[in-house]
Amino acid sequence: MRRIVSYSFKQLGRMVLLLIAVSILSFVLVSISPIDPLQANVGEAALAGMSEAQIEKLREYWGVDTPPFERYMNWAGDVLRGDMGTSLLYRRPVMEVVFEKFSNSVIVLLFAWVFSGVLGFALGVLAGVNRGRFIDKAINTVTLVIASTPSFWLALVFLMFFSVYLGILPVGLSVPIGQLASEVTFGDKLLHAILPALTLSVTGIANITLHTREKMIDVMESDYVLFAKARGESTLSIVKNHGIRNIILPAMTLQFASVSEIFGGSVLVEEVFSYPGLGQAAVNAGLGADVPLLLGITLIMAGIVFTGNLIANVLYGVVDPRIRRGGER
Amino acid sequence: MSNEKYPVLEVKGLSISFDQYDGTFTKKDLSTVKNINIRVGEGELVAIVGASGSGKSLLAHAILGILPYNASYKGDLKYMGEELTPERQKELRGSEIVLVPQSVAYLDPLMKTGKQLALGKSARLDGGKTSAKEKISGLFKRYNLPERTSELYPFELSGGMARRILISSAVMENPKLVIADEPTPGLNIEVAKQVISHFREMADDGAGVLLITHDLELALECADRIVVFRDGETIDEVRPADFEKVSTGEDVFMHPYTKELYKSMPKNWEEK
Repeated sequence: MRRIVSYSFKQLGRMVLLLIAVSILSFVLVSISPIDPLQANVGEAALAGMSEAQIEKLREYWGVDTPPFERYMNWAGDVLRGDMGTSLLYRRPVMEVVFEKFSNSVIVLLFAWVFSGVLGFALGVLAGVNRGRFIDKAINTVTLVIASTPSFWLALVFLMFFSVYLGILPVGLSVPIGQLASEVTFGDKLLHAILPALTLSVTGIANITLHTREKMIDVMESDYVLFAKARGESTLSIVKNHGIRNIILPAMTLQFASVSEIFGGSVLVEEVFSYPGLGQAAVNAGLGADVPLLLGITLIMAGIVFTGNLIANVLYGVVDPRIRRGGER
Repeated sequence: MSNEKYPVLEVKGLSISFDQYDGTFTKKDLSTVKNINIRVGEGELVAIVGASGSGKSLLAHAILGILPYNASYKGDLKYMGEELTPERQKELRGSEIVLVPQSVAYLDPLMKTGKQLALGKSARLDGGKTSAKEKISGLFKRYNLPERTSELYPFELSGGMARRILISSAVMENPKLVIADEPTPGLNIEVAKQVISHFREMADDGAGVLLITHDLELALECADRIVVFRDGETIDEVRPADFEKVSTGEDVFMHPYTKELYKSMPKNWEEK
């Protein structure tokens, strides 16, 4: 029990350090980026027609004249008090914007995460068990092709096929155009989430399949599988009794580590589908020099990714008897 | 050889070769085992002795039909007087023909030992889990293993316990042919002798036992016959009694390598 408590505290400390480091790094990157917030958000033409006083007000709003260090310390002080600040682009509290965008993204992300995990695992097992046979070669070829395909390109292909050629799925956005928010059904939202989710899933599958296949091959070549064969176990029984049992742990780790890849992919994919999710908001915040929003999104994503990895670590200790029982002694 | 026992296993001219890629485009045949001749009778313990890494284990895998996918064998394999086809191997392995492997690495690291023992063919085909449980606890008593061993994972077993578990897995099936592949390395001499005595018991109960080992001393301890294996071939077959004649200086017809092997045993060093 004491081990668990001290472990949790250690991990919590790590997470705080990580978040601080991530916020500093992203802040530095935004500060040195050549984007001028006024030009980017107000526009050259509009600026030209404004009076000095108006421009001065805008400069103050975007914080152009405040030194970066002071800006960061102001922001950090507010965050410590639980205030993530106000988004300069949306003119609403950052938490509110992040929550809204995240609830749009969550269907897409969750679906992609689960689907790529389950299907990738199944394909990896199938290929690993039948190593060298036709099915393995087919799966291997397809996954390698997918692995080397950029996700935005795949998104465009899906868009052309399902939305333009077949016309059965919407081209973009998360809700139908020209409809009152109150009239949008859950079905509508689901329909709009299909293509981004599918793209993210497919790109995620490749990695998981290839890893699972390698692990499965290792297991099938192990001494204990040889002995299981000698004891007359069939291939199916071997996979069921020994294969899955021995690859489920690395697969779980991989699955939780892939959270970061899903997030990373969502930035590109949401951009292609004009899907108003967290990824797109991150892009807008970055290009529009909306520092509070960008930092807010970065912190939330880093926190989720860290939690994913933490869960993987904890699960390992709980599930693997070599760690669980070995540690008790 | 007089009073021949009914042969459980007969191997004649067995050779095993591997397909290997030599460079990118040419395949070559790599023969590791060239000519094995051996027979094991009912109630007989035959040891095949040779240097480590000389391909002795492949003999066991060939008999059981579990060679790697890129390996193939030629020669005669007969079990109970009938040819041992791949189909028969599949049917017989794990029931009439059993393997006792080397080490704890042959147990699934993530499964409790009791559950692994219950994966044996007879227990799986019976479906009657209670009978398997009774059988297992009976074997634990016989091999002096504590009852809670069932609940242990392989990494929690000592070397000696692991061997006894592996032996239990074989005895559970009431086999007619037991193939033991290097069952003693890593054990101290006391425990090793005890493990070997269990194989002697199996032979005395009527099974044919083929003991594959590099340890001539242990083979002398228990075997009815000793087959000497060198460079992929069986070159000699002797009885333990023949070696005694060597040590008394009596003239025995024996391959020079066998003599060298005997002389290289630690207890014979001073005679050199």
